[in-house]
This record gives sequence, C-alpha cells and structure tokens, in this order.
Amino acid sequence: MNIGVAITGMGIISAIGNSVDETFDALVKGEKAITTVSNIPTVHAAVMKVGEIKKTNDELAAELGLSPDNNFSRTAMIGALAAKQAVQNAGISLINEYKTGLISATSVGGMDTTEKHYYDYFDNPELVKYISAHDGGDVAQKIAEEIGLKGFVTTISTACSSAANAIMLGARMIKSGKLDRVIVGGTDALAKFTINGFKTLMILSDTYNTPFDNDRKGLNLGEAAAFLVLESDEIVAKENKKVLARVSGYGNANDAFHQTASSENGEGAFLAMEKAFEVSGLKPSDIDYINVHGTATPNNDLSEGRAVIRIFGEENVPDFSSTKPFTGHTLAAAAAIEAVFSILAIQNGIVFPNLNFKTPMAEFNMVPQTAIKHKNIDHVLSNSFGFGGNCSTLIFSKN
Amino acid sequence: MEALKQELKEKIIAVLNLEDIAVADINDTDALFGDGLGLDSIDALELIVLLDKDYGIKLTDPKEGKHIFQSIDTMSSYIAANRTK
Amino acid sequence: MGKTYINGIGCVSAQKTFDTVFLEEAVLNESLNVLPLELPTYKDYISPIAARRMSKAVKNGIVASTIAMKEAHVDTFDAIITGTGMGCIEDSDKFLKAIIDNNEEFLTPTSFIQSTHNTVGAQIALGMTCKAYNFTYVNAAVSFESAVFDAKMQIDADESKTILVGGIDEMTDYTQRLFKLAGFIKNDEEGSFPILNSKSKGTVFSEGATFFVLENKKSTSTYVEIVDIEMVNSLEVSEVESKIISFLKQNNLEVSDVDAVVLGINGDMEFDNYYKSISESAFKNTPQVYYKHLSGEYNTASAFGLFVGSKIIKAQQIPDILKANAITKSEIKHLLLYNQYRGIDHSFTLISKC
Repeated sequence: MNIGVAITGMGIISAIGNSVDETFDALVKGEKAITTVSNIPTVHAAVMKVGEIKKTNDELAAELGLSPDNNFSRTAMIGALAAKQAVQNAGISLINEYKTGLISATSVGGMDTTEKHYYDYFDNPELVKYISAHDGGDVAQKIAEEIGLKGFVTTISTACSSAANAIMLGARMIKSGKLDRVIVGGTDALAKFTINGFKTLMILSDTYNTPFDNDRKGLNLGEAAAFLVLESDEIVAKENKKVLARVSGYGNANDAFHQTASSENGEGAFLAMEKAFEVSGLKPSDIDYINVHGTATPNNDLSEGRAVIRIFGEENVPDFSSTKPFTGHTLAAAAAIEAVFSILAIQNGIVFPNLNFKTPMAEFNMVPQTAIKHKNIDHVLSNSFGFGGNCSTLIFSKN
Repeated sequence: MEALKQELKEKIIAVLNLEDIAVADINDTDALFGDGLGLDSIDALELIVLLDKDYGIKLTDPKEGKHIFQSIDTMSSYIAANRTK
Repeated sequence: MGKTYINGIGCVSAQKTFDTVFLEEAVLNESLNVLPLELPTYKDYISPIAARRMSKAVKNGIVASTIAMKEAHVDTFDAIITGTGMGCIEDSDKFLKAIIDNNEEFLTPTSFIQSTHNTVGAQIALGMTCKAYNFTYVNAAVSFESAVFDAKMQIDADESKTILVGGIDEMTDYTQRLFKLAGFIKNDEEGSFPILNSKSKGTVFSEGATFFVLENKKSTSTYVEIVDIEMVNSLEVSEVESKIISFLKQNNLEVSDVDAVVLGINGDMEFDNYYKSISESAFKNTPQVYYKHLSGEYNTASAFGLFVGSKIIKAQQIPDILKANAITKSEIKHLLLYNQYRGIDHSFTLISKC
C-alpha cells in the first residue's frame, strides 16, 4: 500500500470547542453542544436545535484582531481562526518558504452578511463593504491574507461534501508535486438561508439528531471550520516534522440519482468508498473505525448504511459512529471537522460514540458504537455526501 | 367541489411550473405522481406548502402527503374536510 | 505524462456563440453596462419537464456542454468539473428574498435545492447519468481555471482520459443593483462604456456558460493543447512580468515565443494597469487580444477568453473586433492568456497549436 500524504497540523472551531484540545475533551466526555439558536434571529428558534459556536461576530473579530472597518463574514472569521491554528500547530513560521497553497471549502460563503443586510445595503453606505464578502472566493482570500499566504488559492463547493474534496485535491497536489505544502479544509457559518432551506425539505429534527436510529427525525444544523496542513515527505524529512496521521485514500463519485436525495442502494457512496480503497491499497477489513456521514435524515442513513454493507458485508461492518449528535451537520465544514475527529481517533485509539441512539433500523442489522471505545486504530474511513449527488470518502491512516 | 378542483389544477400548474400542461389535461382521478402527471418528492414538498399557505392545513410529516396527493379527487376532498381558510 | 487537448467547445454568452463559427456575428455594444445574453432556444436542448426547475445558469450550462460534447463526439466522461464564481444566484436570490419578505414562512424547497453552487455540474451528471468524479470550484476569477487545473492534473497523471470542464455565471437584478452600488459595474450616468483605454472605474458585466471537452488524445476536432495553467491569489502590478517569464520558462519558452496574448482587460481603470504592465513592455511587439468588450465581465469570463484563444489558434487568425493592437504574426503557435479581477486571482494559461 502507499503511505499517503502527511498531515502535520490541524485546527478546529465548532460548537464543541474552540481548539483541538477542547474538541477532544468534549468528544471523550460525550458532551454534545446542540442548543437553541442564539446568534441568529429566526422564527424557527423554538422548533429546532443547532450546533452553534457561542461567540458573537464581535468576539470573533476581536480574537482575530480585525480592525473595525473589516468586512469579514462569520464564515471567513471562523475559517481564519481554524486555519491559523492549523498553521501554528504545524510549526510553520514562514508560510511562503515552500510552494504553499490553500484549498478552502464553503457552501454558504458570506451568506450570513448578505441575509443580514439584504435591503439595508441600499440605505446604509457603511454596509456596502460587505457586498464583496458574499462569494466563496472572498472567504479563501481572507483566510490567505490572515495566514500571509501568496500562491495557489482555490475553493471547492460541492454542498455537504465540500471539505472532503478540498482535502482530496490537496493530497493529490502534494502527490503530484504541484505543491510542497497545502492548507485544506472548510468553513460554514450558520445562516437563516440554510436553516430555512433544510426546513423546507422537512429534514430538520425538532429535537436532538439521532443517526442510524430507526426513529430518526432529521438533522440539526451546525457551524464550524477546520483546516489541516498537508506536507510533502521531503519537508517532513528535512524539518523532522511530527506527522499526526496520513491521508491514505480518497474517492469521489456522483450518485446521479436526484438533486437532493440519495439513491436507494447508495450507489454514489459505494463508488466513492470503492475508489478510496483503490487509491489507498487497503482492504475493507483494514478499517478500524468508520466516521459515517450519518446526518440522521431518514434518507441519508438508509442509503449510506446500504452502501457500507455493500462494501463491508453486513456481518463485517467495523465500529462506526456519526459525530453529528455532538456538532450538528456543519455542511461544507463537516468533512474537515470529521477529519480532525478521525485523526484524534487514530492518535488516541478511541472510537467516539454515536450519541442519542436507541433503536436499530428495521432495514438492516447495523448498530453504531454508542459508548466510547478504546482500541488500536490504524485506519479510519470517513464519508461525506452532498446535494447534487456528490459523494466523497477519505481514509486516514496512522503514520 | 368542482370549483375547488379547478382551482387546484390551476395552482398546481402554476406552482410547479408545468408550462406545457393545461387544466384540461388533468383528470380528477389521474395519479399526480409516478406514471400519471409524473410529479416527484420535491413537488410533494411544494404541495405541502400550498396546503399550508392557501388552505391553512399544516402537515408535519412528508409521508402524510402520499395519500392526500394521490389525485385531484383525494386532494380536494382532504382540503374540503380540513381547511381552516 | 499525458497531454491535454481541447476537442470540443460550447459557449453561451452575450454574443451569438452557440450556432456560429467564430464571432462573425459579434456586435460591440458600448451603450450598456450590463450586456444581455444571446439566448439559445432551450427547448432544442432540454425537455420542458426537465427545464421547469432550472435557472438560467443551469440551462446555459446544459446547452454549452451539449454543444461541446457534440463537437468532440463524446458522450461519457471520467470527470465533470465546473467553476462558478457566484454560483446559482438566481435561485439563491429568490430563496433569500422569500425568506426575508415572508418572514421565514411559506417557503418552498425548489429554489433552495437549486441554489447550491454545484447545481450545474450535478444537473449535467444527472442528465447523462454520469457517476464519475464531479467537482465544483467557486473561487471568484479563478473558479474556471481551478477546474481546468484539476482536469489537467488528472490527464497528466493518466487518471482520466475524457473530462468535461466549464465556467458558468449568471446575473440577477439584485446582484446587478448591489454591484452598481459597490462600484463594480460602471456608473449608469456615464452613458457610454468603452473597455479599451477606459477612464473610469468599474466594468461592464454580463453572464455566460462556456464548456470544453478535454481529452488525452488528439482528434479531428482538436483545437489546441493546454500546455500549462497556473494561478496566484495576489500579485503586485510590478510582479506580473516576472511571473509570466518564469511561467514561460518552466515550459521552455521565452516572451518572444508567444505569438499572441489574450488579456482580460475589462475597462476598470483601477486594475487594468496589471495588463498595461505587460502590454506596454514585454509584449509590446506581440499581437494582443481582448474580449471582455464582447463577453462582459463575470467571474468565469476567462472561460470565454479560452474559447477565443482556442478559436484563434484553430483559425490562425485574429478577428479585427478582438485586436487590442495592430501587430500581426504569420503563424500563431503559442498563445498566453492572462486574467485577474480587481487585483486578485491571477491566472496564466498557455495553449499551443498542435
């Protein structure tokens, strides 16, 4: 098998913590952070719960040391915080010393500012600065500026699988020698736009989300950002870098079934996992833990479960859990925060629990790991799927 | 009831952008989904909002729509029996 | 290492580009600061039942990709990769306006579902049941270049043979009003909006969809080889020339080997000096081409630029309407495209005759 691309740094901010340490702590203690929404005024506040970062925009701006005339969206601020942590964690002092890139991912971009000022732009000249903060590219440009990066910068937006694709592209660029070092991940702030969007699809739970439970009622939305630093083996060797884990496999496929729903037998998910195994040279039996997409919508969990069974066999599904009961579904950031969770699982030999689970699904015999479990973990498979049939799988391995 | 059926057909065509379909093309007993008019799950969600907005009927589970939206006949009788506006 | 060829092109733009050869019916309109699209007959490409939920961007993307596939005689792909700076803003605006105007009530899902940035790529895949790799890049003026970069990396590594890439952006009334407010679109009061040697800020906007079939093999429909592509998020005006020199050098070329440059000049006096910095020095004796006076500016207008560059090499002539200077060359072998938007997201694309 190939040894994969080295991960030398990571940073994260989500409802369960503002750093890697806080995140690990919450995961181990089983502390979910799903609450009533407080930062966004919405008429749906009473009938839904979210995974919200309990910091106001002013607090985030202060943490970044932004000047009062900045035009950062919330998505850009949490993204910059996570990316800065990752760069620091990787011990990088001169960011442009090597050929370094940034691959960000977002679904809503600066929607949080656009929806706040929608009509006010035309009456209040002070708000005009936010007009250019709407698109996904602005988020990446701001993160690049915050970490001082000059070079290859791009953004991927494939709905809820976006960050998986950013990590995948980064790994491919390191492998092909296009870059020596790349910061990859995703960021999405909560927005009225997505709250109402998922509400119209009738897939928002009115209580805590319960992945892979027979009585699951839908998802909780969340907000988060996470970034990883990937580096070439040359840099790792030259600078004697500590390798946290490796990206050993990746696969992307399209379900080509429906704009939003997943196919009955999880064809896209199956193909994505199959490709990831092909790239990694691993076999399904090598996987010690699956961090499933597990959004807790009736459709996702059934389709994903069937795809997992097709790959592993119903009797041989390894320990698996969805961590979305902790954080909510953080859309374009989901695969990035779950990459951090996967790396923590490998580093600490821990399968994180699938909270809120009670009743196995009637359709198949797949029961998630509901309590924390300590064991050696060499390989983690992580799934992420999005609207538009976008299915992505990543495999993380011990160095 | 006939007026309600006519009204429903017009609304369905408008809400679902069924440009090439006329009111006369939809029979009261035609299946709206599947082989009939060919509507899908997204259309069902649109119809749920239509019930809420125009007739004051709130459905919380998309599955409830299945029986209600079988045909213009089933839809109109459900609305007639449950409408609050 | 594989080579990447453009074997089919489809373009929907402010000009008649979908059923013409090469801009022979192009019209220069300097009286508008937002150019309307030349609309194809959508019914010829998309059934009404399929089209009923599609926004302009999705429909244009399907038309342009269908034309490109037809030209290349290709009906299946190893990857579908799109770029869009603003995404599907027609549906996104519609949904957002409904949220605000109705105070979050009585909202329907269709426009939300269609609002994600990857809708065009997804709908193309869905339409042809293509289960292959499917990515969407959304990084402003390098959205399309990111897609080409990714495709070329796959073909270089022999991971893929046939790839569909495209750049799509659409304009809405609301976005237009915002862009005017922010000064991105030239002030209405100016009345006339010339692009070359403009003396005002902002640009003329439009929208469009341009798709390319890239393959690892030459065919009867081949336009050019894409030799190299590179992006840099930020550069000073003074750094552009040396960046280009090193970009050419890594392809064993010098400035004098470049037979034409295609520049993304958009009439914004604040930022067109990036182009001037090379058109008045390194490339002053090179044929210079501009195109945004015909296509308008949008985040993926540079895909229209690649369409122009590819057609020039294939035709071995530069239509007068595209010429930014009077220099000519007997043979156009290597062509360099340079684009940036508001001083960031610079891209350099090298295409060659084959």
